Amino acid sequence: MSYQTKIHNSQPLANMNVKKKNTFWREFLRHKGLLALAAPGLLFVLIFNYAPMLGLVLAFKDFNFRKGIWGSDWVGLDNFKFFFTSDAAWQVTRNTIFLNFIFILLTNVVAIAFALMLFELSRRAVKLFQTTLFFPYFLSWVVVSYVTYALLNPQMGVINQLLTQFGFHEVNWYMEAKYWPVILSLAYLWKNVGYSTLIFYTGLMSIDKSLYEAASIDGASKWQQVRSISIPLLSPLITLITLLQVGKIFYSDFGMFYFLTADSGALYATTDVIDTYVFRALRVSGDTSMATAIGLYQSLVGFVLVVTVNYIVRRFNKDNAIF
Amino acid sequence: MNFFRKQSLSRWLIHLWFIIFSVFCLIPLVYVISISFSTESDLAVDGYRLIPKTFTTFAYKYLLKSPDQLITGYTVSVTVTVLGTVLSLLITAMLAYVLSRKDFRGANKLSFFIFFTLLFNGGLVPWYILIKKYLFIGDSIFALILPYVIMPWHVLLMKGFLSEIPLALIESAKIDGAKEWRIFWQIVLPIAKPAMATVGLFIAFVYWNDWWLAMLYIDNEKLIPLQYMLYRIMNNIQYLSSSIRPGTVNIDISQFPNETARMAIAVMAAGPILVVFPFFQKYFVKGLTVGAVKE
Repeated sequence: MSYQTKIHNSQPLANMNVKKKNTFWREFLRHKGLLALAAPGLLFVLIFNYAPMLGLVLAFKDFNFRKGIWGSDWVGLDNFKFFFTSDAAWQVTRNTIFLNFIFILLTNVVAIAFALMLFELSRRAVKLFQTTLFFPYFLSWVVVSYVTYALLNPQMGVINQLLTQFGFHEVNWYMEAKYWPVILSLAYLWKNVGYSTLIFYTGLMSIDKSLYEAASIDGASKWQQVRSISIPLLSPLITLITLLQVGKIFYSDFGMFYFLTADSGALYATTDVIDTYVFRALRVSGDTSMATAIGLYQSLVGFVLVVTVNYIVRRFNKDNAIF
Repeated sequence: MNFFRKQSLSRWLIHLWFIIFSVFCLIPLVYVISISFSTESDLAVDGYRLIPKTFTTFAYKYLLKSPDQLITGYTVSVTVTVLGTVLSLLITAMLAYVLSRKDFRGANKLSFFIFFTLLFNGGLVPWYILIKKYLFIGDSIFALILPYVIMPWHVLLMKGFLSEIPLALIESAKIDGAKEWRIFWQIVLPIAKPAMATVGLFIAFVYWNDWWLAMLYIDNEKLIPLQYMLYRIMNNIQYLSSSIRPGTVNIDISQFPNETARMAIAVMAAGPILVVFPFFQKYFVKGLTVGAVKE
């Protein structure tokens, strides 16, 4: 302490940094008790989220399980070269981005519309619909795959029964790739729309009620209120949610792509995404290093996407940006 | 008068729309339940039906005749869910509470430390190798619990809620000489009940619904949770039917006796959710104020 003050007196300029650092640590020390509360959580983040980042060096190595991460031999960019020169690179990247783009757009538009509609209803009605909309969210993709199987089973499935009833031909769903973007989009919507709706609904709930009162006194119609109060005030939340989803556009909900399609090779043309490809590279073909390289590609592009989108949002409206 | 009528008409339309949509949401589930209560022979003749032609609980009885695997599945799932939820909820709440304290200037830096992992991560493989090779928890119950203890999204949800607790409340407790730990237990947690219920439910479902960790790390048959068991059952039968080359013969699925039993297992795996879910409903809207995530 005295050492610090002494420097502070003699070298006021050079000392700025030191002083800043000290207050930073002092702030931490002052809140020892708080830090102790946070410590276990931080430790878990450090181990399960940050430590694996070190493992990314594997992308530039030829992994050998016995030699471990550090002992394996360096191979430079070979893993990337191998992946990007394969046909799969383009196919899985295209599928991932295309399907996720549809999911994000579809789910958010529907969820915002649902939230705006629910907002007009009484709390009791909201609770009832919320239950039915939200319930599928809590089913695992494994269970959902049983549900889709009941619908799509070629022999006994519900959809094929309907098709034959209306005079169409039966479809062997698990062999026909072209239908799957639609099937997956509907399944995704079915499972997730309740959750998204609830998030936007709580966003609407937190809007100051007096704004609506003032607007309706001034004679604004419901539609005008939606357009000039609800939507603008909801837009930071919409941006936040969309940005987070865009950051994840290179990631897929593995369970959906793996279980719903029953990992059927006939469907890969439209349903194989980066995550399923990485999983197979890791568990089936055992190409660990290439799987890491693809993971790095996935993470980096995702990161660049979020930062870019955030930057663009920031230029238009500073309040809507997330950082 | 005209205005009033117009209002209620649009309300009715909204109601109607949601009723139709809800029905469409639920029908597929009804099919699964209905299949589980049907007889195999009915299915073979008529295909799946919304209401079973002959109602029978045979599939369930059949499953319960040799329940060993089922019991293992339930035991593992329940253990993992209970232990995991308690541990995860506590640690998440502690961390989120610290991040929510406005008088703690380091909170923003720590929040970024958490938030960053939503934007960038090491990917599946390093995470897999870390747990399998370096943490020595592979093929144990810990591999099914520890990796999910802290999920950044839950921390942010929780933080959003906890930051609405007035600082004055905490400061007055501090003046009375309470330590941080006590403030957290005796003041923050009781107020945070809706958030704890909501986030706790999310965490519980993450654990209950998880097959991923089992798929990656578990070889021991005694540690297979229900969801992964469900996947293997589905996979197994598909394996059987796909081993007959498509096109050469018409596969008669009715030869596999467990069409109904499979759906019965699916119902039993999802059943507990159906039971627990309504009890937590009332907390959702209160506990889900994500708007406050952005601080």
